[in-house]
Amino acid sequence: MDNVLFEYLLRSGDNCLILSQRLSEWCGHGPVLEEDIALTNVALDLLGQARFWLSYAGEVEDAGRDEDKLAFLRDTRDFRNVLLVEQPSGDYAHTTARQFYFDAWHYLALGELSHSSDGRIAAIAEKARKEAAYHLERSVDWIIRLGDGTEESHHRMQCAADALWMYTGELFEMDEIDRAAEERGIGPNLTALRAPWRVQVERTFAEATLQVPAGQWMQRGGKRGVHTEKLGYVLAEMQFLQRAYPGSQW
Amino acid sequence: MATAGIQTNPDEFQERIDAGIKIEPKDAMPDAYRKTLIRQISQHAHSEIVGQLPEGNWITRAPSLKRKAILLAKVQDEAGHGLYLYSAAETLGVTREQMIEDLLAGKAKYSSIFNYPTLTWADIGAIGWLVDGSAIINQIPICRCSYGPYARAMVRICKEETFHQRQGFEIMLTLSRGTAEQKAMAQDALNRWWWPSLMMHGPSDKDSKHSAQSMKWKIKLFSNDELRQKFVDQTVPQAEFLGLTIPDKELKWNPERGHYDFGQIDWDEFQNIVQGNGPCNQERLQARISAHRDGAWVREAAAAYAQKHPRGARRSA
Repeated sequence: MDNVLFEYLLRSGDNCLILSQRLSEWCGHGPVLEEDIALTNVALDLLGQARFWLSYAGEVEDAGRDEDKLAFLRDTRDFRNVLLVEQPSGDYAHTTARQFYFDAWHYLALGELSHSSDGRIAAIAEKARKEAAYHLERSVDWIIRLGDGTEESHHRMQCAADALWMYTGELFEMDEIDRAAEERGIGPNLTALRAPWRVQVERTFAEATLQVPAGQWMQRGGKRGVHTEKLGYVLAEMQFLQRAYPGSQW
Repeated sequence: MATAGIQTNPDEFQERIDAGIKIEPKDAMPDAYRKTLIRQISQHAHSEIVGQLPEGNWITRAPSLKRKAILLAKVQDEAGHGLYLYSAAETLGVTREQMIEDLLAGKAKYSSIFNYPTLTWADIGAIGWLVDGSAIINQIPICRCSYGPYARAMVRICKEETFHQRQGFEIMLTLSRGTAEQKAMAQDALNRWWWPSLMMHGPSDKDSKHSAQSMKWKIKLFSNDELRQKFVDQTVPQAEFLGLTIPDKELKWNPERGHYDFGQIDWDEFQNIVQGNGPCNQERLQARISAHRDGAWVREAAAAYAQKHPRGARRSA
C-alpha cells in the first residue's frame, strides 16, 4: 500500500468530514433562517468533499474499507484532521473564526492540489476549490460584519479569533508525510502557504477592525492522531449507529 | 397593508373565486380571507421551521455519509420552504419578524406532529414516508388554491416533498430488509408515527371549525376526512410491500366503499398536543427561542454593519 498517499488522503478527508460534522450541529439553530441554509450548504459541500477523499483513500489502502468504514469505524488516534476543525462550534463568532481560518487555508491548499501529479487528487481539488472560494467569500464577509458590527459582536469576534489562533499553525506544518508528498508532486509545500494566508487574515481583520492575534505558541498533533479531548465526543455521536449495530446496511 | 383600505364586495369576490381567477397581493380581498391565509400560511411556515428539529436531531448521528448528506439536504429544504412561505405570507401585509414573534410567544401554531420525539434512526424513515406523505396529500391541492403566491410556493414545495417522501420510504425499505433488529426498529417507528400521521389531516369534518369557509374560498379544496382517507388508501399497500404491520386492528379493505376502513383516532391525544402537552412541545419551542435569542447579537451586528456601510460596498476575499 502507498502509505504516503493513504495518509495524505485521510488528512484531507478528515478535515472536511469533521468540520462538516461540526457545522451540521447548527442545522435548525442558526441565528437567522438564511444563515441556517448557508451553513448547511457549506456543511454539505465539505461532506461531499470528504466522501471523495475517503473513498479514494479506501481504494488506495485496498483493505476493503470504503468511505463509511473509514468514517465510522476508526477511533480518535486514527483520525488525521487538524485540531482546528474539531474545536466546538461555540457561539457564532467561534464558528465564523474557525471557518475563516480554515477556508483561507483550504482555498490555497486546494489551488495547489489542483496541480497535483496525482490526477484523481487534481480533479477532486479542482471541483472542491470552486466550493471553497464561495466558503471563503462567505466567511470573510461574516468576519467583517461581526468585527465591524456592534461593540458586542466586535468583542465576541476578537475573543473567538484569539481563542482559535493557536490551532492555525498546524495547517502549515510539514512532517515526513507532507515532505514525501511534496517530493512526489502530490501535494504542496504547506509552509509556503503561510504568507498568502497571513495576507488574507491581515486584510480581512483590518477591514473588520480586528487585531491579528499575537500569540506565537501553536498547538499541534491532529495530523498524527493526537487530538484534543473534543474529538472523542464528536466521534461518539457520529459513529453511534455503526458501532451499536455492527455489520448492518443502512 | 397596501390594500387594507379598499372596500371589497363579498359577492364580487366570491364570483372571482368561483370563476377560478387567482387572487393576487394587490387585489382587494375581504379581511377575513386575508386573515385566514395569514394564519394558514404562517402556520405552515412555522411547521417547516420547527419541523427541522426532530429530523435535525439525527443529522450528526446518521448511519452513513450518504444518508447524512441526504438528511442534511432535506432539512435544508425545509428551511427553504419556511423561507418561501414566510415570503408568501408577507405579500398579505405581515412581516416575518411579527410571525416569528407570534411563534415564539406561543400565539401561533405549527403542525403538532413535530411535538413527537425522534427516538431511533427509523423515525427518520417514518417521518419521510408517513409525515411527508401526509403533508403531500394535504399540500398538492393547495397548488391550485385561490391565492396566487401561496399556490405558486406550494408547487415548488410539493416537488421537493415528493423526493423527501421517497427517501423516507427508502430508509424504511432498507431497514425492513435488514437485520431483525433493524426490522423491529422500523416496525416500532411505524407504530409510533402512524396515528399522529393520520391526525395531520386535521379534525374530523364535523369538528373542523375553519373548513367550510375555507372551502368556499378555495383555500381548501378537499375535506380533512377525504384527505385522510386518501392517505390511508395510498399507504396501506406500501406498508404491505415493506412487510410491516399498521397498528390498527380495524384496518380493512371495504369493497363496497372502495376504500380502507380504519379505527378511531384518539382525538383527546390530538387536542392535548395542540394545547401544548405533547412530549416535545416545550422543547421544540425552547429550541426556537434559544436560536432566536442566541442569534440576536449576530442579527444586530449585521444590521449595524449595513448601516455603517450603506450600499453594501465592500468586497475583498
